[in-house]
Amino acid sequence: MATIAPAAYDSKVEGNVIFSRLDACINWMRKNSLWPMPMGLACCAIELMAAGASRFDIARFGAEVMRFSPRQSDVMIVAGTVTYKMALAVKRIYDQMPEPKWVIAMGACASSGGMYRSYAVLQGIDHLLPVDVYVSGCPPRPEALLEGLMKLQHKIMHEPAIEDQKRALFEAVS
Amino acid sequence: MTTAQLAEKIKERFPNLSQTEFRDEISVQVPLEQIELACQICRDELGFDFLVDISSVDHFGEEPRFEIVYEFYSLEQNIHLRLKTKVSEERLEVPTISRLWEGANWHEREIFDMMGIRFANHPDLRRILMWDGYPYFPLRKDFPLEGKPSDMPDVAFSDVAPLAGGPFVTAPTDTGTKDREPRARPPG
Repeated sequence: MATIAPAAYDSKVEGNVIFSRLDACINWMRKNSLWPMPMGLACCAIELMAAGASRFDIARFGAEVMRFSPRQSDVMIVAGTVTYKMALAVKRIYDQMPEPKWVIAMGACASSGGMYRSYAVLQGIDHLLPVDVYVSGCPPRPEALLEGLMKLQHKIMHEPAIEDQKRALFEAVS
Repeated sequence: MTTAQLAEKIKERFPNLSQTEFRDEISVQVPLEQIELACQICRDELGFDFLVDISSVDHFGEEPRFEIVYEFYSLEQNIHLRLKTKVSEERLEVPTISRLWEGANWHEREIFDMMGIRFANHPDLRRILMWDGYPYFPLRKDFPLEGKPSDMPDVAFSDVAPLAGGPFVTAPTDTGTKDREPRARPPG
């Protein structure tokens, strides 16, 4: 008569354990809870608002908590025309955001100056900030912004979360 | 009051000034010395109670170079009036009319910001669109569209925009949309 060998472990717990890398776990948590800093500077901000509202619902991607304080934000969504008068203020708000932080350049103006080839408009926020995702459109549809957000999530998933800190720690110890 | 009656009244009140009429709207050329008085008369005697706009024109290459345009409207009589005055480049100073209309304050600041025309006795003559310390007057005809570099640490900077063969402009034509389309049209 076949008997079931007594388990050397609690099979109930064993079924609920997942093995992974710490980097992957941290990135997974980060990407699903991106708190945006809505840098609404022009008409793109209207589409950004639509993306946050019920029809498009940016909450499906964990990014519904628009923070109007840079101290609590993870991703700055530069939505609109960045004039030279505003440029250093945008830079300053970016500098106030805690690491890790990302930037989405939403729309033609934030990406390249758009149709404003002019004396008053910064020709793309990438002159000042390291942009992670560019979203095309004038203004982009909310779906396009969501696509950009998913691209950013994909990017976050594939970057080292604490590798750099570990390396620095080992160097300091040795 | 109709436009014709207004034209008659202006002729009475300003016998030495030339006026032109276009599409039922009257423009009066006023010498710079009399502009403040003329504005006051328009407001108090002719009943133009609303200052729609003050704007400025750069006739680059002509003398006098600049022109200020005052646009008045009478809410009661539903009629427009335009006063124009020439300003030479040597003496870029116009009397303010913010004493008569509070709203003139910001219109005049914008003209100062964009054209560099100063307003005498203005209560608060600062730049309104560009930042304090920006060294140029960007709406003048001799200022390039792509801008000029400038730098004020901690305030703002500006740089030259790449025009990539442009500016891309349309040309009025009857031949069709293909020819009217905006494209780079170098001068000449």
